[in-house]
Amino acid sequence: MQKYTLKHLQELESESIYVLREVFAQFENPAILFSGGKDSIVLTHLARKAFYPAKIPFPLFHVDTGHNFPETINFRDSLVDKLGVKLIVGSVQKSIDDGRVKEERGINASRNQLQTTTLLDTIEEHQIDCAMGGARRDEEKARAKERFFSHRDDFGQWDPKNQRPELWNLFNGRKVMGEHFRVFPISNWTEMDVWQYILAEKIDIPGLYIAHEREVVWRNDTWIPVSDYINLRDDEEVVKKKVRFRTLGDITITGGVESEADTLEKIVEEVAAARQTERGNRADDKRSETSMEDRKKEGYF
Amino acid sequence: MSSYLDMELLRFTTAGSVDDGKSTLIGRLLFDSKSIFEDQMDQVKKTSQKRGLDHTELALLTDGLRDEREQGITIDVAYRYFATPKRKFIIADTPGHIQYTRNMVTGASTANLAVILVDARNGVMEQTCRHSIIASLLQIPHVVVCVNKMDLVDYSEEAFDKVVEEYEAFAAKLDVKDIRFVPISALHGDNVVNRSKNMDWYEGPTLLNTLETIHIGSDENHIDCRFPVQTVIRPHSDEFHDYRGYAGRIAGGVYKPGDEVTVLPSGFQSKIKEITTFDGALEEAFAPMSVTLTLEDDIDVSRGDMIVRTNNQPDMEQDVEFMMCWLHNEPPRPRAKYIVRQTTNEARAMIKDIQYKMDINTLHRIEDDKSIEMNDIARVKIRTTKPLLTDPYRRNRHTGSLILIDEATNDTVAAGMII
Ligand SMILES: Nc1nc2c(ncn2[C@@H]2O[C@H](COP(=O)(O)OP(=O)(O)O)[C@@H](O)[C@H]2O)c(=O)[nH]1
Repeated sequence: MQKYTLKHLQELESESIYVLREVFAQFENPAILFSGGKDSIVLTHLARKAFYPAKIPFPLFHVDTGHNFPETINFRDSLVDKLGVKLIVGSVQKSIDDGRVKEERGINASRNQLQTTTLLDTIEEHQIDCAMGGARRDEEKARAKERFFSHRDDFGQWDPKNQRPELWNLFNGRKVMGEHFRVFPISNWTEMDVWQYILAEKIDIPGLYIAHEREVVWRNDTWIPVSDYINLRDDEEVVKKKVRFRTLGDITITGGVESEADTLEKIVEEVAAARQTERGNRADDKRSETSMEDRKKEGYF
Repeated sequence: MSSYLDMELLRFTTAGSVDDGKSTLIGRLLFDSKSIFEDQMDQVKKTSQKRGLDHTELALLTDGLRDEREQGITIDVAYRYFATPKRKFIIADTPGHIQYTRNMVTGASTANLAVILVDARNGVMEQTCRHSIIASLLQIPHVVVCVNKMDLVDYSEEAFDKVVEEYEAFAAKLDVKDIRFVPISALHGDNVVNRSKNMDWYEGPTLLNTLETIHIGSDENHIDCRFPVQTVIRPHSDEFHDYRGYAGRIAGGVYKPGDEVTVLPSGFQSKIKEITTFDGALEEAFAPMSVTLTLEDDIDVSRGDMIVRTNNQPDMEQDVEFMMCWLHNEPPRPRAKYIVRQTTNEARAMIKDIQYKMDINTLHRIEDDKSIEMNDIARVKIRTTKPLLTDPYRRNRHTGSLILIDEATNDTVAAGMII
């Protein structure tokens, strides 16, 4: 009997592939939200597996804050090339230029809040009826109740009290015109699962995740990378540190951790021993205890 | 690390009446198994202090959305994750209050195991029966009854035995194959992760140990071959010019190249040519693997069809009887049309007959009042516009389950376990 059991990564993979195929079957015009981060890379890898030997039947959809790690953009472009898929870019800079949103000011300014408008505008412009994301339920409290198929009203908003019950693997993607869905095929994965899977499958990821020397400043209890977009305070000192990033967001607010983990194996060991959540290094989640939930209601990822 | 790659996945659900200590228990499991991060713990400590508590309220670790935090209750199903060196766990955490049945049914639908909490002082209550009946109805293969708050009954063996006896008397009516009992104190941590020093008389495993070792290998059906087709894969590339594969997740049985199969509902017969995956063709595949099958013959197969072994076929019917749990706050409208989704198939349906409602606390049939409201469980019969390919839910949870969707609102309004 032992013969017919799956190990947990195989079972998670199988579940995610099933969800990706349901999206293909139930929606007209789905897209994969691709941030260049490890979760969306894993999601894209799973999509490749789900439709093999055919190509991934969805475009990759990147909401570009303009404040990227340059490595992320290079990675994105070469992946798009390799997979032969279409790329859709929603530009926050353009939303600012068009007067759709206003740039935040001040030392902790970030474009994270602004992404929501760009995301929803691009969804409308390209008539995307399902945006798949690499969000996981273990990331944050507000995500723990998220469905695989998450229904959004015609303002793109999420109503936590009015989500459709989701039973077995029977997903209900029915909607009326103007509404869309967010679907999260790797909902049940943890950070550890993602790293283990990257290692086991030898998935290519941006070098930012692996410990490297970089110029950084100490801000908000984390090492913020020095870039063209950062306003340094007088008392802030630029130093060189060996760091790696646990998540990749807007370069102005994504903090690195000091690390010697310069191989995937070492990262997995570090993650196993970690005492801080990965989002603990993101200033956007620190603003208030419920900040993620508030952003989600407005239509954030 | 290689041991991590070798882990199995156990999905379990937790049930208990309000204040039996469910949140505390989950907090304790996460905390003692070192699955809580410092920043999460800091937040909980801060909140506990703000509320003027002198202990850290572990229950806060599993608190979800703000509305609920404000009301001090949880209102839906939340999923939690933790892992030990032996297994990875997914907890479907379902809170106990009015919408309870609906939430627990949802959480139970994907669970291999249910943890049911009983307050040692109160013993088996109406709610306990209800939770157990739902576990049985949803065919959760394993039930672990945690007799909690043992500290409040002086860790007494008699108190524990009394609960076990009461529960066993009631459970004889249920359809649960595997029931175990563990005396615990979630608050103090006795027998949750660490063995209790206060209950020498208990020689069984701790709760965590039970979760880590319970045999789940035979929870899937590996006998009846069922392959619901999700979508057809046609690469249109030079290399795979004539490739036509049927993608799906195996819902039962073991498939091998060369197997004689029948495609339903058409009844066309063929043989499996190849089991395709990105990682190479497979010699065999079994539930719950996601694969792509190709057939020897060029026949018409599409989403909603099922590829089965020719000598072992599911029921193919338009009149379907099932135990229904109504999930929506508006009752079914008379003569309303619903969309029924079952595996990858979809049809329109009408509720033809409500045979009886079930008293979810006692299992008694209610035949004189057939009005259905949210959280009600009833035995019903529907008529569908095209045949469904089904197995009894008892035999296969994938091919025996269905949902009803209201055509007018697109809401998921009911869940069904086919009889
Ligand atoms: N003495 C004692 N109190 C407990 C135990 N478990 C939980 N409690 C307390 O019972 C109350 C309700 O617990 P909680 O976990 O919120 O219950 P829930 O409603 O089932 O989630 C809280 O005040 C807990 O501190 C236990 O094992 N012993």
